Amino acid sequence: MAETNIRAPVAELEDLTAKIARMGGLAESQLTDCLEAALRRDSDLAQKVISRDVAIDALEQEVEEDCVRLLALRHPMAGDLRAVVAAMKISIDLERIGDLSKNVSKRTLVLNREEPVKLIQGLGRMGRQALAQLKEVLDAYSLGEPDRAVAVWRRDEEIDELYNSLFREFLTYMMEDPRTIGLCTHLLFIAKNIERIGDHATNIAEIVYFCHKGRHISEARPKGDVTSVMRIESEPGESS
Amino acid sequence: MSEQAEGVRMSRPVGRVDERASVKIAARGVNLWYGDKQALFSVDLDIPDNHVTAMIGPSGCGKSTFLRCLNRMNDTIDSARVQGDIRLDGQDIYAKSIDPVQLRARVGMVFQKPNPFPKSIYENVAYGPRIHGIAAGKKALDEIVVTSLKKAGLWDEVKDRLDEPGTGLSGGQQQRLCIARAIAVNPEVILMDEPCSALDPIATDRIEQLILELKENYCIAIVTHSMSQAARVSQRTAFFHLGVLVEMGDTADIFTNPQDPRTQDYITGRFG
Amino acid sequence: MASTEVKTGIHTSPEAARRLARRYRQEAFFQFMGLIAIVLALSALAWLMASIFGTGLSAFRQHEVQITASLDPELIDPERTGDPEVMRRGDYRTILQRAIYDRFPEAADDRKLRLQLMEVYSVAGGTGFLRDFVLDNPGRVGDTVTLWIPASDDVDQMLKGKFDLDVPQELRKVTDVQIAWVRELQASGELRASFNKILFLNTDSRDPELAGVAAAVVGSFYALLVTFVLSFPMGVAAAIYLEEFAPKNRFTDFIEVNINNLAAVPSIVFGLLGLAVFLNFFGLPRSAPLVGGMVLALMTLPTIIIATRASLKAVPPSIREGALGVGASKLQSIYHHVLPLAMPGILTGTIIGMAQALGETAPLLMIGMVAFVTQIPESITTPASALPVQVFLWSDSPERAWEERTSAAIIILLGFLTLMNLVAVLLRSRFERRW
Repeated sequence: MAETNIRAPVAELEDLTAKIARMGGLAESQLTDCLEAALRRDSDLAQKVISRDVAIDALEQEVEEDCVRLLALRHPMAGDLRAVVAAMKISIDLERIGDLSKNVSKRTLVLNREEPVKLIQGLGRMGRQALAQLKEVLDAYSLGEPDRAVAVWRRDEEIDELYNSLFREFLTYMMEDPRTIGLCTHLLFIAKNIERIGDHATNIAEIVYFCHKGRHISEARPKGDVTSVMRIESEPGESS
Repeated sequence: MSEQAEGVRMSRPVGRVDERASVKIAARGVNLWYGDKQALFSVDLDIPDNHVTAMIGPSGCGKSTFLRCLNRMNDTIDSARVQGDIRLDGQDIYAKSIDPVQLRARVGMVFQKPNPFPKSIYENVAYGPRIHGIAAGKKALDEIVVTSLKKAGLWDEVKDRLDEPGTGLSGGQQQRLCIARAIAVNPEVILMDEPCSALDPIATDRIEQLILELKENYCIAIVTHSMSQAARVSQRTAFFHLGVLVEMGDTADIFTNPQDPRTQDYITGRFG
Repeated sequence: MASTEVKTGIHTSPEAARRLARRYRQEAFFQFMGLIAIVLALSALAWLMASIFGTGLSAFRQHEVQITASLDPELIDPERTGDPEVMRRGDYRTILQRAIYDRFPEAADDRKLRLQLMEVYSVAGGTGFLRDFVLDNPGRVGDTVTLWIPASDDVDQMLKGKFDLDVPQELRKVTDVQIAWVRELQASGELRASFNKILFLNTDSRDPELAGVAAAVVGSFYALLVTFVLSFPMGVAAAIYLEEFAPKNRFTDFIEVNINNLAAVPSIVFGLLGLAVFLNFFGLPRSAPLVGGMVLALMTLPTIIIATRASLKAVPPSIREGALGVGASKLQSIYHHVLPLAMPGILTGTIIGMAQALGETAPLLMIGMVAFVTQIPESITTPASALPVQVFLWSDSPERAWEERTSAAIIILLGFLTLMNLVAVLLRSRFERRW
C-alpha cells in the first residue's frame, strides 16, 4: 500500500478499467451465447444466458459505487475524471447489452416452441456483425486506442443496413402469410435488439474517444436505421 | 465475482476501516470547558489502530480541542477543564497515575505551523530520545536520528547537512522534520493538527503520502480543514460541529452518504 | 463613440483625484513632522554633546612643570635608617620650596613674590611626587634629581585659555609676574602639556590638578557587580515563575501591577529604603558598594523582570508546544528552548537596567556613598564613591578647574554607558536566532 500515489488515483483507475473489461467480457459471452442459442434452437443455453444477467447487473452496481467513491474521495481531475465518467457510462451501456441479450434469449425460448424457420439465419449474420463491433470497441477501450473506436463507430451503418433489409424481409413474409406474424414479430424484436446492441457498441466507441481525446467525435453519427420512417405498403401488384 | 473484487479492493486505501482493526483510543462522554464556555459536548469517538482518523468541521467546532485532549495538551491551558473518559489501550489517560509528560511520549503531536527548534536538524530529532533517555549512547542516538529521518522521508534531502539549523529548511521539509522529531520518541499514536495548512500543494502531497505510509505502524489522528485531504488520507472521518461530534463513520460512507443533514451540508459546501 | 474617452467612475472622477491628492498631502505633512522631530532631538543631543565635550576634553591634557630638586638626607632620613616609614614622613615640602626658589632666585627674597611663585606649582602634587620618587628609589637620597610635577590648576587653566588675561590683574586668578614666570618656563622647555594620567589613576582630591576618578570607577564597578549578582538571577527567576508557572489569579495580577509600579518609583525612595533597612536595621557598613549595589539591585529588579517577561512572551508558543509535544516537562521546555530564545532580550533588558543603575545618584546619596574617598576601595564593604556621585561632587566645587573635570567625568561615565550598550547590541546579534 505504501506505493499508493496520494494525488493520482492510478491504482483505483486500473481496478476500474479491469472491472469494465470483465463486464465487457461477460456482455460479450452473453451476446455470443444468446445468438448461438437462437441459431441452434438451444433452450438450455438460452436459459443460462437469462440466469447469468444478474452478474452483469451486480457488476454495474459495483462500478457505480466505485465511481462515486472515487469521485468523492480521490477527486480525479482531467483525464482521470474523464476515465471515471467513461467507466460509469460504459458500464451502463454494457448492462443494457446484457439486458438485450437476455431479451433475445427469452424470445428464443418462445421461438423454440414453434416450428424452425429459415429466416433466423439472416439474424445470424447481423448478430456476428454486432458481436465483432462489441469485441472491437472493448479492445479499443482496454488498449486505449481511440482510432479503433472511431472505426467501430463508422461501421455501425452496416448493422443498420442489415437490420433494414431484415425488416423488409420479415414484412414481406408477414404479408405473404399472416400466420407467421406472431413468429416474425419475435424475430423482428430480436433483430431490433441486436441492432440496439450495435448502437450501444457505437455509444461505447464515442465514450472511449471522448475519454482519450477530451472531445466528442465531431461528425454526425451515421444513421442507417430507416425503418422508423419506412412506410408499410403492400406490394403494388397485390393491392389492386 | 464479488469476492474477487474485494480481494483487489483490500490492497487499496478506499476510505474504509478494516473490521479486524483494534480500537487504540476510546473516548466516551468527553466534555471540555474553557472557563465558563463549554467547547466539547459529550464526545464519543473510537480511534482505530493502524488507520488514519480524520476530524473535520468548520472553524471553532472543537476538533482541534478534542485532538489536544488526547495527549493532554489542554493541561497547559489554565482555564481548560476536561471531563469524561479517554482510554489509550484501555487505560484512562486522565487517571491520577498517568503522567502527562509520559503520555505525550506515547502520543506524539505534529502542529499546524512547522515548529522545528532553532537548533540543528540532528538536535531536533535527537531531542526527544535524549530527554526520555531512550538511546544508550551516541551510536544508538545516531541510529534513531537516521531511522526517524528515513521514516519521515527526509533523510535523502538532509543527510549531508545534519548540522545545519532546522529552521533553514523549506516549509514542507520543516514539517517532515517535525514528524521525524515525533517519531524519534517511538510513540504509539501520532496526532496531527492541520499539518499541511501552512504548506504548498506539492509539500502537502508529500506529507499526505507520508501519513499513508506511517499508518502501517502508527495510529494516526488528523485534524484538517481540507475535506479533500480527509478524503484522501483517512479511513475514518469524524465530523464536529459546535463542539458536538455530529457523525462518525468510514470515510467512504461519510463522503458519499452522510446520515446527518449537518454533515451533508458541510461536505457539500452548504455552510462552514 | 470616441475611443479615447475615459470612463468616469468612482475612482476616476476629478473628485477622486482631489481625494487622492489630499491623501498624499497628509502623508507628506506627516513625514515632514516626523523629520522635524528627529532633527530637534538630534540637535538637542548634539548641543549637549558639544557642550560636554567642549568643556571636558581639555581635562584630558594637563600641564606639568620640571623641577630640579636636591634630595637632602637631612630632611628625609636624618638618622640614615633607610626605613620607608621614616622616609614617608620626610619634609618634602621644604625640598620642593628649595627647588623652586633655586629656579627663580629673584623671587626668593620677597615674601609676596615667594607666595605667588609657589602658586605656579602644585604644592601638594610636588610633595607627593617627591615622596613617591624617594620611596621608589631610596638609593637616590642625597642626589639632585629632575622631576615633572603638575602645574597648579590656575596656571593650567590659564594656559588652556580659560582666563581672560586682558582684565586688570586684581580681577584675575593669575598675576602678571606669574604669567612672566610661566612664559619663561615655557621658553626654556621646563613646562609642557601631556596626557592627564592623574584623572584616571588618582582618587578624589581637594586640588583639582590631583583629582581623579579611580575610586569612583572602582566603587561603581563593585556596586554594579553586587547589583548584577543580586538582580539578574532573582529577576530572571521571578519573571520565569510569574510568566510560566504562576496561576493567573487576582493575587498574581496584584503582584504584576506592583512590579510595574515599582519600575516607576523615584530612585530616591529606594535610597531611603536602603537607609532604613540595610543600614539602620541590618547594620550594614555605610558608604559601602555592597549596600549601594543592593539598593541599585532593588531598582533594577523591575526592569529585568519586565524585560524578561516580555522576551519570554515573545518566544512563539509553537516552540513550547513542540517541546511539550515530544514529552518534555515544563521546566525542560523552558530551560532547553524558551530561555535560550529569550536570552538576547533578557540580556538587553539587564544591561539597560544596569546602565540605568550605573547612572543613578540619588539612592547612593542616601546611603552615604557620597563620601570624600581618597583610597581606591579594596572590597565591597570599604567606603567608596561612584561615578555619578563623583560628577555631582565635582560640579559642586568652586574652583574653575573643576568645571572641565566635571565634564571629563561625565565623558568617562558616558563612555562606560556606551560600552555597556555596545555589549548589549553585540549580545543581541550574537544570540539572536530565527524561529
